[in-house]
Amino acid sequence: MIIVQPKSMDKILDMVNASKSILVVGCEGCSAVTQMGGEKQAESLALLLDLSSKLGGVGRNVKAVSTLRQCDRQIVASTLKPLIEGYDSVICMGCGAGTQVVADIFQDKLVFPGIDTKFIGSHDRDAKAFVEMCRACGECVIDETGGICPVTKCSKSILNGPCGGNANGKCEVGGYVRNCAWVDIYNRLKAQNRLELYAKFRPPRDFRTWVSQGPREIGGEK
Amino acid sequence: MQVFSELMKRISEGKFVVTGELEPVKNTDLTPVLETAGLLKGQVVAINITDNPTAFAYLNTLVTSYIMQEKTGIEAIYQVTVRDRNRLALVSDLLAAGTLNIRNVLTISGDFVSVGDNPQAKPVYDLDSTQLLYLARKMVDEGVDLAGNKIQNPPKFNIGVAANPNADPIEPEIYKLLRKQNIGADFIQTQCVYNIESLDKFIDGMKSLDVRTPTLVGLAPFKSMKMMSWMINFVPGINVPEDMKRQLEDAGAKGKVAFKEENKKIFGELCKEIKKRSRVCGIHMMAIGFEEVIPDILSEAGI
Repeated sequence: MIIVQPKSMDKILDMVNASKSILVVGCEGCSAVTQMGGEKQAESLALLLDLSSKLGGVGRNVKAVSTLRQCDRQIVASTLKPLIEGYDSVICMGCGAGTQVVADIFQDKLVFPGIDTKFIGSHDRDAKAFVEMCRACGECVIDETGGICPVTKCSKSILNGPCGGNANGKCEVGGYVRNCAWVDIYNRLKAQNRLELYAKFRPPRDFRTWVSQGPREIGGEK
Repeated sequence: MQVFSELMKRISEGKFVVTGELEPVKNTDLTPVLETAGLLKGQVVAINITDNPTAFAYLNTLVTSYIMQEKTGIEAIYQVTVRDRNRLALVSDLLAAGTLNIRNVLTISGDFVSVGDNPQAKPVYDLDSTQLLYLARKMVDEGVDLAGNKIQNPPKFNIGVAANPNADPIEPEIYKLLRKQNIGADFIQTQCVYNIESLDKFIDGMKSLDVRTPTLVGLAPFKSMKMMSWMINFVPGINVPEDMKRQLEDAGAKGKVAFKEENKKIFGELCKEIKKRSRVCGIHMMAIGFEEVIPDILSEAGI
């Protein structure tokens, strides 16, 4: 999923400073699953905004709603059209994709992000934290690395590790707390009896699958 | 393998070689670095010039390498990390190194930006250290860059790689060296070794995967008690045997002179042991700010 994290109340109040009426839109996709920006979190934020406007004597109209997947144009257009009328501003709790979809469909509204989009990830094994799992690099190599992504899990994203910055299987980045991805990959491939893959040299990658071609697209007429 | 440098010439002749290390700092004046190079002259065949070590932004390595060669006549081992430059900048710098008569390049990944003095920086890692070796080999051997673009008058250098004999587990490190040997590393320089048993484990690993690349083992004597306890307590992977630690601490309790004498004795003996090991073709001395002990350590070891 896309892991998001609510912005601070100070930051949000700063953004909506000039707004008279605000629709807070939760997203029932990833943001709701992670309980960072679903319907409940949208309602809480609306309550806080309402409270702060009453305390500050601003007299602001605030309401919370939510949509299924804010990144889906059709859903957003059909769900929000009847609800958005009468609000000058919208705070989106969906990821950066969802927020931009809303901003594109309702260009006469001021659309603000209520969350920061952090990464593509999942729960860790203990379900204590969300961890980054994929950098969307556009050229997956985990068939050769025992199902562990070196692009994400290695701090240097190197394809021919480990580097010299590991000690006792831990990574120097962050102070030897996280596992060294390339030691993990070694252990996984060894257990699978596939160490010939570990000995393989991976040539420099083509960054046009990732960052060297501007925003990426799949399909469509050119 | 073609021999371009004095370092490589001596290695290929089977001579035991010693290299040193210098660190340019945040300074536009190279006088202190050149003075230290002067202290190393006659002791070492070549000197590594570090590239923004521990991710601190320092005076450019290539400029320092060139000026040191010109002013002192000592051959440079130009260290190149992939942390700060993409493949365009790396090709450009390697061409410049060729132009400036640099004969040795050490291809390394570089400490991560978060441990450095500008932790907010964006790390590059367009290539990794093995891929940089691959690029340098292509430039030297085939006269092309990674995209196959032709280079007029390709550079000529011998290319080294780094290794960490203290790595635990050691096997992934040896596999990395195997990849680097297959790409065409000319020599290996290692991180500092204090424990001969760790080194033996490393060399056994090399033997088991048939890694034969000539290896210079890193040695870093302790400048002071303070430096020793810092290395032991704060540098992960540094493995100082209890006996060695106790002997140095006992000497340190008697004063600075005794500590220095004990250093010479202990590292001289370690050096002598290292020299006996197969695959080992030399010692890489990392004695920054403590160069005065190098001659005594080497003579103690009979080098």
